[in-house]
Amino acid sequence: MKRRSFLAGTAAAATAAAAGLPARAQADKIKAGFIYVGPITDMGYNYQHNVGREDAMAHFGDALETVYVENVPEGPDCERILTQLALDGCDIIFATSFGFMDPTINVAAKFPDVKFEHATGFKTADNVAIYNARFYEGRAVIGHLAGKLTKSNQIGYIVPVPIPEVIMGINAAFIAARKANPDVQFKIIWIYDWHNPQKEADAAKALVEQGCDVLMQHTDSNAPITLAEELGIHAFGQAADMSAYGPNACVTSIVDNWGPYYIERIGMMFDGSWATSDQWLGMPEGVIVVPEINANIDPELRAEADAIRDSIINREYHPFTGPLNKQDGTEFVAAGEVADDGTLLNMMFYVEGIDAELPS
Amino acid sequence: MGGIDPILLLASLMVASTPILLAALGELVVERAGVLNLGVEGMMITGAVCGFAATVLTGSPWLGFVAAALAGGVMALIFGVLTQYLLSNQVATGLALTLFGLGLSALIGQSYAGITIDRPPSLNLPLLRDIPWLGPIVFRHDVILYLSLAMVVAIWWFLTRSRGGLILRAVGENHDAAHALGYPVIAIRMAAITFGGAMAGTGGAYISIMRLRQWTEGMTSGAGWIALAIVVFASWRSGRVLLGAYLFGGVTVLQLNLQGAGFRIPAVLLSASPYLITIIVLVLMSLSRNARNATPGNLGATFHASN
Repeated sequence: MKRRSFLAGTAAAATAAAAGLPARAQADKIKAGFIYVGPITDMGYNYQHNVGREDAMAHFGDALETVYVENVPEGPDCERILTQLALDGCDIIFATSFGFMDPTINVAAKFPDVKFEHATGFKTADNVAIYNARFYEGRAVIGHLAGKLTKSNQIGYIVPVPIPEVIMGINAAFIAARKANPDVQFKIIWIYDWHNPQKEADAAKALVEQGCDVLMQHTDSNAPITLAEELGIHAFGQAADMSAYGPNACVTSIVDNWGPYYIERIGMMFDGSWATSDQWLGMPEGVIVVPEINANIDPELRAEADAIRDSIINREYHPFTGPLNKQDGTEFVAAGEVADDGTLLNMMFYVEGIDAELPS
Repeated sequence: MGGIDPILLLASLMVASTPILLAALGELVVERAGVLNLGVEGMMITGAVCGFAATVLTGSPWLGFVAAALAGGVMALIFGVLTQYLLSNQVATGLALTLFGLGLSALIGQSYAGITIDRPPSLNLPLLRDIPWLGPIVFRHDVILYLSLAMVVAIWWFLTRSRGGLILRAVGENHDAAHALGYPVIAIRMAAITFGGAMAGTGGAYISIMRLRQWTEGMTSGAGWIALAIVVFASWRSGRVLLGAYLFGGVTVLQLNLQGAGFRIPAVLLSASPYLITIIVLVLMSLSRNARNATPGNLGATFHASN
């Protein structure tokens, strides 16, 4: 990662020199803008991006000024807000949701001197970098825990929309859960919303009524955890550490920790080395964190999960290690190999064993 | 049905439908008085946050519901003063009220995000709760849910069987005639508007206090708009409002259950089904001639005594 950014930085400097432009001077003050798709009080995805912003502010002190806009709708209105931030003198703007992709590219074309960073998308430009997190690495750890914890062998999974990031998560969790418990089955409910506490609670309730005793979610609200606590079953937090909502129920969470990335990229603005890049960071880089497992879980199981977590951090284990088959039985990762990033980023299929139909 | 327990499903249906039912009943009375208040969503969410805050501060969910009704009522009064005394456009003012409510609730709620409250106790109905089938479905709920059902009957009785209801409907059908007969059109409409706000606030608080036991920004997620639509499709009758709300809540819960049970129906279709089925059923029901003439004559019209 370091070498890649270094190379990219050198390339950019070389291009600038060749074009006869002065190299960008070091900056004393940087203004960074952030736009979030939901409220920062969601205690989930947006909350964690905001924590990352606060980490950067604590790191750079007075030299860094930040502004943020929450509840930015994905779509044309987002362009207006990005333009406003650029006009207000932001040097770098972080657009933190997938749906901000095209507006970011459009606005970036109008402000070549402003740097843009878009999360979870796939379009770059000279002044647009992209970054994403390997959420599926955390899924492998909680999948193992879920597989061991369920007594009914039914795990409920609440998901927002069928895109590769989400499907990757289901598959990673299922592979790990099946490894831990060959009889396990997933019940999957799509709610077509990233943050809808009412629907998430209804879905969680439906899953429990159908016999699930462990809940997982890829949606952002803590409603399922609150319900799990009340019903005395296990659940896993999403995006943020949700143990406060389920002191007994919350086994652990998959926490997005954007601070290190934001500090690195804003640091590059200060020393003038920023260049476009495409980074997909996970547990080894500390961007995905699985916090300590609830003390009410059997110590042996906790040790197993810790071992899986450590092996991913040390890059000894990849959650998609072959042999792996698609739902229809065809092989997509051969024995002993691991899935490449291209396969993961285009994953629009379930793995073998999931008894459900993937919405198209 | 594979894995779906009909008893639990029907019980969940009643709980899921109650917020919409409360809000829709309130709006029904408002519209019967000839006022169109599109601010239901804003009043609901304000009720949700104020009810939750009051519950956290006082420790009593029942005081929370009182606070929510008051908050919804105050929001409605703003709408009432603007539209009835300052004669502003009802559609624009209602939309503004929703936007205002969403923003105001986010502001009030800032210090209440991330707190969970205990679930208020259900009403303990001895004997009744032990009836097979019916007991677990109908007799193990909380008092607010029963209040919402009682309101269906009360509003039906008030609108169709009482003198007060006749006057309220007269104001909604033809405010000039009601005025000529000496009825205080503005005062009656203000009362109806406030009642509608209190009901919407209570419905919002049902989400934050009973269902989710927490505050999240934008947590009503469009329930107010559904309530508005149900009033129209129910041709302004309280019994049909109950049907519409339970149908919508029921299909919502059912589609999630069908997905969980692995039924091979496209999830996209299931997700859209609550809207589709509710609209289809209520439109079919409102095809009769009686229902077509059900729109209050002066719905949304501005009244001024000199007209």
